[in-house]
Amino acid sequence: MIAWEWIPRNAGQLAEAAVDHVVLTVIAVAGGLVISLALTIVIHADRRWYGPVTGVAGALYTIPSLALFAVLVPVTGLSVVTAEIGLVSYTLLILVRNLVAGLDAVPPDVREASLGMGLSPVQRLVRVEMPLAIPYLIGGLRVATVTTIGLVMVTALIGEGGLGQVMLRGFSFRNWTAVYTGAALTMSLAVVADVVLVLLGRTLTPWARAGRGRGG
Amino acid sequence: MPGPGVQPEESPPVLDTPDRAAHRAATVEYDHVTKHYDATQVRKGVPGAVNDLSLTVPAGKICVLVGPSGCGKTTSLKMVNRLIEPTSGRILLDGVDAGTRNVTELRRSIGYVIQQTGLFPHQTIEENVGTIPRLLGWPAARRRSRAEELLAVVGLDPAKYARRYPAQLSGGERQRVGVARALAADPPIMLMDEPFGAVDPIVRERLQNEFLRLQETIAKTILFVTHDIDEAIKMGDLVAVMQAGGVLAQFGPPAEILAQPASEFVARFVGADRGLKRLSLFRIGTLPLQDVPTARVGDDAAAARRLALADSFTHLLLLDAERRPVGWIRDGEIPTEGVLTAGMADPASPVLDRRTTLKDALSMLLENDVQAGVVVDRTGALRGVATVAQIVSWTRETRSEGAPNPAGPDPADGRPSGDGAGA
Repeated sequence: MIAWEWIPRNAGQLAEAAVDHVVLTVIAVAGGLVISLALTIVIHADRRWYGPVTGVAGALYTIPSLALFAVLVPVTGLSVVTAEIGLVSYTLLILVRNLVAGLDAVPPDVREASLGMGLSPVQRLVRVEMPLAIPYLIGGLRVATVTTIGLVMVTALIGEGGLGQVMLRGFSFRNWTAVYTGAALTMSLAVVADVVLVLLGRTLTPWARAGRGRGG
Repeated sequence: MPGPGVQPEESPPVLDTPDRAAHRAATVEYDHVTKHYDATQVRKGVPGAVNDLSLTVPAGKICVLVGPSGCGKTTSLKMVNRLIEPTSGRILLDGVDAGTRNVTELRRSIGYVIQQTGLFPHQTIEENVGTIPRLLGWPAARRRSRAEELLAVVGLDPAKYARRYPAQLSGGERQRVGVARALAADPPIMLMDEPFGAVDPIVRERLQNEFLRLQETIAKTILFVTHDIDEAIKMGDLVAVMQAGGVLAQFGPPAEILAQPASEFVARFVGADRGLKRLSLFRIGTLPLQDVPTARVGDDAAAARRLALADSFTHLLLLDAERRPVGWIRDGEIPTEGVLTAGMADPASPVLDRRTTLKDALSMLLENDVQAGVVVDRTGALRGVATVAQIVSWTRETRSEGAPNPAGPDPADGRPSGDGAGA
């Protein structure tokens, strides 16, 4: 059922699609992160924004992806912009929630000491609270990234899609090799991205592994 | 011999940085300070209102705020660095109203030590100690040398600890780092909120002694909050006893609080064992210590035996080359030939720092069921021996002299009323 010789013959095209897939994912997650950081800072400054922000992000999250793209196409056309608007929207809920949870998890004594030593609000956020929220941020990025890699496939229906395109064409031409190859490569991308984020998290938080054996 | 410009004081390491004037400290004056919480906060059970607090802490003194929970002692402390703003009244630091100063600058000029330490878990010990220097824009090299200097001052080897993270330290070690961090920019004032409250009693006793020793050289103005009257008596040059509702019940040197409680509340708070607590006023180092026969490891045993048997004391104290106690040997058990070795001696416990209070010393002696404790100086070298009988008889002698407080200031400095001298 699988025509193995098809794969090397189309290696160039597959590589191109994989690169597209990665680029679409990176733009979506990076864009989502920037927006989420901004929203988190707003929430951090005034807690009353938490309900409205997560409400809107949650509403976006519940819109079926296909429906969202259908609504956007008349406005932004069959374009990368349309794809990215959808993809970014889906990252916001998980990223904002995790970032806020990370800031909330800063121990009260650390917060009090940073205040009492005369760190300005920006210094507290940048030097103390954000670094301590990194484990939560990484947790959010892992979920957001893996989800986005899956959702990028759906954007094949509006002419983007990376490896999703490979699969879509495979369906049209009953080329099961293309379908399976696209699916397998997408899964591999998700696994690799997850591992990369875990390693990144470890590199960024050397203190988290320090001295587990001691204390008291 | 001393010329006109010669300072008689030794220059301690903590003040060695050349660009710093020695012994920076500031007067702290509460001037009719009141903190009221509004009705909603009161209903939520926010404790710690403060009611018309006036007191003056002279520069370079330790003032302990002590009282039951909810008495406003922590609130009073936090109004100095404006973590809490007073409802009315002023707090004057060297005559300047704290309320008029830029709040971040004010906080950077006040050392702040809290019970849970508040060390930044994601930064190394060295980075933690360098927090305020970094805010003040010191170059990295200077921050590093200052951090190393301070770690050594609080008894942590910089080579071993500078690169570690707080999670790799014990509770007592973290507390020392907290003190080092607060001292980093040489602030004239330190605020300490139950700084030794989270460590076990033995470590607490040691940290208290070390801090008192440190204060001898840094001479900061220190506001120190505790709920423990024994700690207040031991640490304070002045003690402010507060009661529910944020009312100052009594303010004065600890000896005065013990000898003449100003009210029923103070008497009850100080406790029925005031006589015993008076022992906390005196350090073992001030006691006339007893000499005992000693010998060093490697000395001729026969000579040591003769010396020990000639003395009325039943044991010989064995010392190492630096005169640090190794242990006791019963005089009859000293060999008649050969040399003395460390293995012959029973470990010399308990070893008492010269700053240990008589109360703690007595407690340790009774606990270990021994008659004599070995008193050592800051290098661990022998100063002498203190016995239970000595402590008891010395206390009896001093009782008739009233209540001297060796560390206390002139009593006129420390009255709640009558210090209208302000800005």
